[in-house]
Amino acid sequence: MTRSTAADDLILGLTRVVDLPGLTAAAGAPLGADDIAAVIGEADRFCTEVLAPGWQSADREAAHYANGRVTVPAQYHATMKAWIESGWQGVAAPEAHGGQGLPHAIWTAVNELASAADMAFFLGPILTAGAIDCLDRFGTEDQKARWLPKLVTGEWPGTMNLTEPQAGSDLGAIRTRAEPLGNGRYAIHGQKIYITWGEHETTDNILHLILARLPDAPAGSRGISLFAAQRILDDGTPNALRCGGIEKKMGIHASPTCVMLFEGAEAEMVGEPGRGLNAMFAMMNAARLAVGVQGVGQGARALQLAEAYAEQRVQGGRPIAQHPDVARMLNEMRAITLAGRLLALEAAAALDRHHLLHDEAAATRLALLIPIVKSWCSDRGVDVASLGIQVHGGMGFVEDTGAAQVLRDARIAPIYEGTNGIQAIDLLVRKVAKDDGAAMRALLAEVAATPGLAAAASRLQDATATMLALQARDADAAQSLAVPYLEACGWTLGGWMLVRAAAAAPDRAPLAAFYLARLLPRATARCLEIEAAHAGMASVTAPAAA
Amino acid sequence: MKILVPVKRVVDYNVKVRVKSDGTGVETANVKMSMNPFDEIAVEEAVRLKEKGAATEIVAVSVGPAAAAEQIRTALAMGADRGILVEHDGTVEPLAVAKILKALVAKESPQIVLMGKQAIDDDMNATGQMLAALMGWGQGTFASKVELADGGVKVTREVDGGLETVALNLPAIVTVDLRLNEPRYASLPNIMKARKKPIETVKPGDLGVDATPRLTVLKVEEPPKRQAGVKVGSVQELVQKLRNEAKVI
Ligand SMILES: Cc1cc2nc3c(=O)[nH]c(=O)nc-3n(C[C@H](O)[C@H](O)[C@H](O)COP(=O)(O)OP(=O)(O)OC[C@H]3O[C@@H](n4cnc5c(N)ncnc54)[C@H](O)[C@@H]3O)c2cc1C
Repeated sequence: MTRSTAADDLILGLTRVVDLPGLTAAAGAPLGADDIAAVIGEADRFCTEVLAPGWQSADREAAHYANGRVTVPAQYHATMKAWIESGWQGVAAPEAHGGQGLPHAIWTAVNELASAADMAFFLGPILTAGAIDCLDRFGTEDQKARWLPKLVTGEWPGTMNLTEPQAGSDLGAIRTRAEPLGNGRYAIHGQKIYITWGEHETTDNILHLILARLPDAPAGSRGISLFAAQRILDDGTPNALRCGGIEKKMGIHASPTCVMLFEGAEAEMVGEPGRGLNAMFAMMNAARLAVGVQGVGQGARALQLAEAYAEQRVQGGRPIAQHPDVARMLNEMRAITLAGRLLALEAAAALDRHHLLHDEAAATRLALLIPIVKSWCSDRGVDVASLGIQVHGGMGFVEDTGAAQVLRDARIAPIYEGTNGIQAIDLLVRKVAKDDGAAMRALLAEVAATPGLAAAASRLQDATATMLALQARDADAAQSLAVPYLEACGWTLGGWMLVRAAAAAPDRAPLAAFYLARLLPRATARCLEIEAAHAGMASVTAPAAA
Repeated sequence: MKILVPVKRVVDYNVKVRVKSDGTGVETANVKMSMNPFDEIAVEEAVRLKEKGAATEIVAVSVGPAAAAEQIRTALAMGADRGILVEHDGTVEPLAVAKILKALVAKESPQIVLMGKQAIDDDMNATGQMLAALMGWGQGTFASKVELADGGVKVTREVDGGLETVALNLPAIVTVDLRLNEPRYASLPNIMKARKKPIETVKPGDLGVDATPRLTVLKVEEPPKRQAGVKVGSVQELVQKLRNEAKVI
């Protein structure tokens, strides 16, 4: 099968599969195929030449905490400087505040390339992008003017302070308090945990976004508001917040995961009182898409390492890449990675269609795709990373090759930004059941019209009907099947994307054929699981015969 | 002062080059193409001269297929002001490129043609020298340092014996070596600005040049695989082998 690089595939996907040139032309700011190729080509260069080389040494050096200070790998000071100078932070940021205002699909492609190059580093810029998005939508003009220019260049990174010890998946349980200071400002008191890049000294300042409660706020999620606090105040003095320690983790060792202690930190409210979670939800699509893309990026890195190793490792008189089982693993890695990459672009293009063309149908499609991209792509990233180790044999288990690091790093993506279990419930309850399956049926009708996918689409239509019936009758039983349902959707939509890629570029046809023959049956297996479990449940819950 | 910088589209330096199965050349289909790394250094140097206020305009030129516009765009994103694509499919030999550049120099009147010392695809190391001969201009090749001074240019050259410094009158040809500078990465804002910079397209014929190759390639093949070496136990054994087996002493 023809080899292509991640950048080639991203350019193909953006220009000919999700038709970004057409979309941007309709929006009045045309971005031609040449422009897309130039932007992605340069992003690829920056990522492979600046970010990727230090990835392993950064992992070995790791982030550390001592005497109240967080240190990240020494090279990250130069990396951060290069990142800021490069201007890539501003890809999709508003032009009014120094960004380039490019489509989210372009940022999604940059995100994949950069996450593949150095995921631990790039978590910082991803969170900054989220903070930019949030302030742009909910900040006052004054807040935007003060903060956005710094965030858009990357000079001030942004963080997201949501999680607390008792409030993980359930953010309604947040206890951090915000006391009004009387001057329109607030003092934040409380403890946040697992805060990514919460503290470091690679930049002059950090802008923390924090979920907290006002004194008179009702219990639960309606009582939560959003605040922003600078690490260093405008007068140059440190704010009353600090890092209380960092976690020892399975992976992303170079990314400091901080306990953040707010001890009366001065903050401003962002948006309306009691609307903090809504503000978070508004940026959740982009944030969840970004985490799915991390899975794709890790898969791509695993594939790149495995392909290179399999070509030069000789066993039984030939390079292992030529042994049928190793070729099978490499093809699985290629097919899954390309499917996930294109599915993420499809979601990103839906986001752009909604933003740029105010297309409400695109918003509905996006809502449906987001939990699938977040979960399916991040889970597949772990699978592909594991296959990458297998291709290496013993050397995969040894740290030197980097294959092991990819798996360690990839493993976080199914957990944060809403666990994959929570995503599956979101898909079933908030997305599919909400309109009684209408949006999903419309999507599957498109899939059914794609060559080679009619049977898979019809099987998934049936599974959808089963899930809806079960959800109406026994919500807990339905939730116990939410993950298999999401997986069936993911494997089916992955096939849909590859068939479309093959139609746009015939050299991708062998990979699409491989996927349909050897990977699409995994969707069937999940549909069978749903039907079998459903039949079993029916017999258990059916009333005894009179 | 205007600077002309020729940039060549070549197989990316990271790509493992393969010979086509029919032996007619190297595989370039579906292979990542980039700007010749030496040319990137030339672009960087020109941009630095412009940033210092010494140069006023940088024109990037590429002779090659339509896709070579990508390499011109890269030069524009790094800081060149406009581009000229001399569109020609197939092989162009150094002499043809030199003639094309001569015609462009006549049109553009640059004070310096700043170019890579060679292209990494064929490693010819000839175009700059040929252009200097055709123009009758001074040449400073293999530059590791370029200084404008007293209405001329001082070029420090990397030669086998060490460093040699030549002083050239302008206009002049300067070809650059690897240690001259470290090229910048184009920043996103500059990539976006480069979209609006003009690229003019002409054909060799428009410049009165016949770019037909004068040489015929008979066959391209991979270099022979290196044989495994042997370890020798002593100096005596080494001398023995060199004398009796290799027969070189
Ligand atoms: C490395 C790292 C970085 C992080 N970065 C940040 C950050 O920058 N900012 C931030 O605010 N947070 C961050 N987090 C926190 C992360 O978002 C949470 O860990 C995640 O949301 C899960 O919460 P939890 O760990 O409390 O798990 P729990 O909520 O305790 O979940 C444990 C298990 O129970 C399941 N579960 C929980 N509730 C339900 C339910 N209602 N239905 C079905 N299943 C359920 C989950 O799916 C999971 O399998 C980070 C975490 C890590 C590990």
